[in-house]
Amino acid sequence: MAAEAEGSGIDPMHQFLVEPLFGRHLTFAGYDLSFTNSALFMVITAAVLWLFMLGGMKRELVPGRWQAAVEGMTSFVSNMMTTNIGPEGKKFTPYVFSLFMFILFANLIGLFPLGVVPGWHPFTVTSHITLTAVLAFFSFAIVLIVGFARHGLHFFALFVPHGTPKVMIPLIFVIELASFLVRPFSLGLRLFVAMTAGHILLDVFASFVVQGFNASGPLGWVVAILSFVMIVGISALELLVSAIQAYVFALLTSLYLNDAVNLH
Amino acid sequence: MDLASAKVIGAGLAAIGVGMAALGVGNVFGSFLEGALRNPGAADGQQGRLFIGFAAAELLGLIAFVIAILILFVVK
Repeated sequence: MAAEAEGSGIDPMHQFLVEPLFGRHLTFAGYDLSFTNSALFMVITAAVLWLFMLGGMKRELVPGRWQAAVEGMTSFVSNMMTTNIGPEGKKFTPYVFSLFMFILFANLIGLFPLGVVPGWHPFTVTSHITLTAVLAFFSFAIVLIVGFARHGLHFFALFVPHGTPKVMIPLIFVIELASFLVRPFSLGLRLFVAMTAGHILLDVFASFVVQGFNASGPLGWVVAILSFVMIVGISALELLVSAIQAYVFALLTSLYLNDAVNLH
Repeated sequence: MDLASAKVIGAGLAAIGVGMAALGVGNVFGSFLEGALRNPGAADGQQGRLFIGFAAAELLGLIAFVIAILILFVVK
């Protein structure tokens, strides 16, 4: 790696390392089935999400603060589904809501400053394409299943927009098909890269703080303090990016579902 | 020029693409704000389209970042 070769000590990629907890490997029939830090943080995300929803499901007539927060989330997603798909979008609201909340909570838990507890390393599950690609393939599979179940082979009309001249149909069909097939990759890649880039940035500036104070000199302190101010700003930006990426993932899923349900 | 220097230069060139995406994202939000200030009543209904445009512009910058990472860590 380039960063290690210089011996500068900055290794921003180390935080993305998936490793078994307590260094214990569990192999079964030739497969490594160890409980990794990635799996641990997925479980933590699901548990926090479960607690959050449980606290808001009291169904009181006058909602308290917690219930209002949960209802705000659910009505936000169901409004998005109704505006993008129409009344038929109600069926898909549970899926898109789970997707949105899981990504949002995973992003936010990844930003949680767990590193201040000795021996703990925060881990962002959404910064791995293994997770985001699986979520994207779920969405894509649902689009395909719903599209072919509702429209049969007429679903291919999606690739020929209305009013296309006859001569252009083969060309347009190929282009639209390519753009349709790229969707799951762009959907998964966007979330994965946005989270990875943000965490690399945070790690690089955090290294500047440590190295600046170790450099023993007023110039080092100036660099360290400026980097620290930068970290505070970038953290705020990352909170925004976490929410926006979760929203964009859910929004694009609902748009793709709209194609499958309504065929333009 | 040896491969190691060429890789670092290539990754730096790929980073230009990320800057271009910054222009694109700024353009999306700037144009939205310009339109929203002229007709604030219609602004709320267009937020979905705003984020679609943002996602499309941002994706191309993120792909440039992926290219930089690929050049640095995958090219042997």
